[in-house]
Amino acid sequence: MKDAYLGVDIGSISTKGVIIDDDNNIITSSYIWTEGSPIKAVRKLIDILKKDLPSNYQIKGIGTTGSARKLIGLLLNANIVKNEITAHAVGTLTFYPDVRTILEIGGQDSKIILLKNGIITNYAMNTLCAAGTGSFLSSQAKRLGLDVSEFGKYALKSKNPVKIAARCTVFAESDLVHKAQVGYKVEDIVAGLCKSIVLNYLNNVGKGKKIEAPIIFQGGVSKNVGVIKYFKEILGEDIIVDENGHLMGAIGIAVLARKNKIGKTYSLELSDIAFDTKAFECSGCPNNCELLKIYRNNELVDSWGSKCGKY
Amino acid sequence: MHKISFPIMGDYNVPANFLLNKAFKEEIIMPPPITSKTIELGTKYSPDFVCTPFKYTLGTMIEAIQKGADTLIQMGGGCRYGYYGEVQAQILKDLGYDVKLINLVTKGKLSLRRIVKVLKQADIKYSKLKAIYYGFIAIKMVKYMDIIDDYIRENIGFEIKEGSFEALKFNMLKEFSQVKNHHELKKIYRYYQKEITSVPIRKPDKPLKIGIIGELYTIMEPFSNYYLEKQLAQNKIEIKRFTNVHYLLFEKQNKIKEYLKYVKKYIKYQLGADGADNVARTKYLCEAGYDGIIHIKSSFCTPEIGVMPIINKIASEYEVPVLFFSFDANTSETGIKTRLEAFYDMLEMRREK
Repeated sequence: MKDAYLGVDIGSISTKGVIIDDDNNIITSSYIWTEGSPIKAVRKLIDILKKDLPSNYQIKGIGTTGSARKLIGLLLNANIVKNEITAHAVGTLTFYPDVRTILEIGGQDSKIILLKNGIITNYAMNTLCAAGTGSFLSSQAKRLGLDVSEFGKYALKSKNPVKIAARCTVFAESDLVHKAQVGYKVEDIVAGLCKSIVLNYLNNVGKGKKIEAPIIFQGGVSKNVGVIKYFKEILGEDIIVDENGHLMGAIGIAVLARKNKIGKTYSLELSDIAFDTKAFECSGCPNNCELLKIYRNNELVDSWGSKCGKY
Repeated sequence: MHKISFPIMGDYNVPANFLLNKAFKEEIIMPPPITSKTIELGTKYSPDFVCTPFKYTLGTMIEAIQKGADTLIQMGGGCRYGYYGEVQAQILKDLGYDVKLINLVTKGKLSLRRIVKVLKQADIKYSKLKAIYYGFIAIKMVKYMDIIDDYIRENIGFEIKEGSFEALKFNMLKEFSQVKNHHELKKIYRYYQKEITSVPIRKPDKPLKIGIIGELYTIMEPFSNYYLEKQLAQNKIEIKRFTNVHYLLFEKQNKIKEYLKYVKKYIKYQLGADGADNVARTKYLCEAGYDGIIHIKSSFCTPEIGVMPIINKIASEYEVPVLFFSFDANTSETGIKTRLEAFYDMLEMRREK
């Protein structure tokens, strides 16, 4: 039997999973939509991964990352649960040990990670608003009647991108509508939108950060060739986009699961595990904490949200 | 007889309540502890873009009024905070509350003569002699609390039995609130100092060390910073913090010249509130070998916004990572946790290399 490690990255929009071996080779991977239900999505994901996993491998470590990492960590009994910033950095460093800058734009958040000599030196995440993230792009694509995967190619057609006020999602949308109504071509608007995402990212997330090459661009939006083009143009540097860029978080957490393995063998059989959550509001004091109790096989495994530690 | 109350901040309600009770011949109403309800009330009746301390203090005032207070005490500061009293008085009046609001500080200055005048105008009865004597004890109490807190902050992450420090401190504050004279206060302080420094801890030779700097209210009221220090301690980190009430009242004036000299490469003038102090602290933390710096402020805190680029510059010169937080009434707790975790991982990775 050979050892393998599972990494799961549960984001707001998509859920990613990889199984790697001891030499960081990807044995199998999958990318599905979260669709608002991380538990359902992960059950589906594990079923897909299980089918593709050769029978001579056994899972010796499980790691979870992404916004639902804690919940899914309990479901899968993961041996490591880590934030997505660390996971992305570790994953990227596995394949690009010299990387200096990681640009990441995902569904709901965007981040920048600066590295030097293989360690993180600084990072930032978007704070106030989701303008310029994947969900904004896909909602605008829908409004313009375009498929989000075609969006980037459309932008490349434009010779004259329009200027879009992209400081805030709501303002950007009204500006987009305005530009369309006064007669700008769709490709110019799409190109303007891609450019505004880059500018917005560099002004907000990248503010005060020294961006140095090699630069790697990741996250769902890195599939958009229009955004890549404007990153290259504005930064004046080459931008590396890995074909597995969307899996970097999952790979990173799988690597961390291997480093922190505890000698246990995990089963990928989830169908017989009952997993449930119950929410209620505590009325013990004026804090009115929203509490969430997590049950695994009808057994209380954790409860979250208490300010005083009563639960 | 007046019913007097005051906004709450950290544990400092203990000495404040002590002093007012001893010196004033009026009824003192202890404000309720800050909860989600407090900030909800504060946010509802505050201008949206005012900084968060305004909302917290307004919230406590309304809760104190609901408990029966008819006279409120507010203190000003070196920024917009200096105008809080007047604006809050107007808001409370517009809400239909018939209360008096006494602002002890105007134009950023605390003068005894003015306080006497203001108290007379408001017809507050007190004994001058007692005010001086118990004022002295209250100041000592603040000093003792701050010394104990500094020690706890450095060691709470490493306690063997979880909660030992907090339990001791809880008892100490309870006894402090009932002292009769300075001798007794000192005795209690000595006892707890001994107890607290002998709490068993398991501390590595070189633990991760983080310095916390930023805007004063957010730093000192743990509810408003989402119990940041507690979260850090759970990751076994030694914490250094400079701002406390004793510093603000007695040390700041004397140190500021020295600070400006120390960071003359970066700034020439003060930046309002604790701006210059925080620039100097950044340089100090970098030179003293701290692993990282966390800068916290409430959203829209103008002096601290001005300080941030300077901190960034100093920290990048010394290659020390800085994490910035802006806390608001609507901050997502998950977002804070993710950033803190990543910060902690990063510091640990740097150590390993």
